[in-house]
Amino acid sequence: MADRMKRDYSLVGESTRRAIETGLASAEWYHTDVSRKAMKELMQRSDGPAIRDTIIWIVAILGSAAGGIWFWGNWWCVPFFFVYGVLYGSSSDSRWHECGHGTAFRTRWMNDVVYQIASFMLMRNPVTWRWSHARHHTDTIIVGRDAEIAVMRPPDLLRAALAFTGILDFRYSLPTLVRNAFGKISPDERSFIPEMELPKVVTAARWHVAIYVATIALALYTWSFLPLVLIGLPRLYGSWHMVMTGLLQHIGLADNVVDHRLNTRTVYMNPISRFIYWNMNYHVEHHMFPMVPYHALPRLHELIKHDLPLPNPSIWHAYREVWPVLLKQLRYEDYFLKRELPPTARPYRGEFHEVNMSAAAE
Amino acid sequence: MADWVEACAVDDIEEEDVIRFDHGGRTFAVYRSPDDEFFATDGFCTHEKAHLADGLVMDDIIECPKHNGRFNYKTGQAKGAPVCVNLVTYPVKVEAGKVLIQIG
Repeated sequence: MADRMKRDYSLVGESTRRAIETGLASAEWYHTDVSRKAMKELMQRSDGPAIRDTIIWIVAILGSAAGGIWFWGNWWCVPFFFVYGVLYGSSSDSRWHECGHGTAFRTRWMNDVVYQIASFMLMRNPVTWRWSHARHHTDTIIVGRDAEIAVMRPPDLLRAALAFTGILDFRYSLPTLVRNAFGKISPDERSFIPEMELPKVVTAARWHVAIYVATIALALYTWSFLPLVLIGLPRLYGSWHMVMTGLLQHIGLADNVVDHRLNTRTVYMNPISRFIYWNMNYHVEHHMFPMVPYHALPRLHELIKHDLPLPNPSIWHAYREVWPVLLKQLRYEDYFLKRELPPTARPYRGEFHEVNMSAAAE
Repeated sequence: MADWVEACAVDDIEEEDVIRFDHGGRTFAVYRSPDDEFFATDGFCTHEKAHLADGLVMDDIIECPKHNGRFNYKTGQAKGAPVCVNLVTYPVKVEAGKVLIQIG
């Protein structure tokens, strides 16, 4: 079977070549029909919701940090750092994401300021990740093209579990920043960052590294872990919520298709997770229409849900759905979960998701 | 000599909006600004092939629907990543309720 080849997740390898040759790269994607009038209303930008949410976010970060510092040295600091860690290590991801799209605020500089701060909190190079995310939207879960595939096939379950601790991301992000700070750009990075942007990658990395060096110096000077617990380490102890919600975006679903209904998942979540995640639980909707700000995604969902698979009713439900799929993919990596569409939806195009299920049953 | 081509009627475009215009195998985007002026650019984003007419007009900015790249549609200037190459703009005039663009 000629096309049963192993997936090559590098961005300059065999899968990349095949994606380009078969037209999967930079392809036309399926979109649910939405009138121009309705879409214009949904796309409208406003500073109000994001200013409100950002004030709450900053006050909560500073408040929890103050509590952690106040109780530093006894166990009462733990709940404060639990909150601080999630705000620093998880909610920064959704702020990075929305402000990177430029949809959170109407005012451009507000998006840029929050984007830069959130990128630092996540140990992400703000230039590199802007380009990698553009690629993720062009070629969502196209193997060899998408730089942001969280769980590759066959799935490495130990790696997926360790992701909740932040260790793997930390081990990747910090050396990458240091490498970039020394002016070294990898072939994968060069595959999606234009030449003219490369100096900005190095400059941004140097700023980030300089702040971390200053933090380490302060920790040594005060002979205390506290500066590191406040800056840097939350990327370890606070990223579990980001991983818990983020993994569900595409895990267990199809790859190499051009219909977000097949490779992306919408999950109903509790209000706290939705605040931390800035409504990115409406992920099919976001990928189909990335111009719609986070605060308008529930309205978009109501408008197009007739054409989408039923959302998972909870995070727990989604993981229960995913687990058996991952186990099956260990033996047969082409297996994926094909979610049923409601009768009101336009059908999937078969040629984009056909899989040999007799082989899956072996 | 570049030709003036009728793209649409004035009323075909709402204020602070954009429509698509295809002519001679090419695609253009025609804009109506909040000040009731008309402008025209190439119809596709310079970053990747996405129709700008599906994007959002805000003041003098058109934002691409695919990656949110922003251009000043009056000058064609790219306003930052992920768009780095300026848009080509075209002269526009309004005559007898029609929007005409000069296509080279």
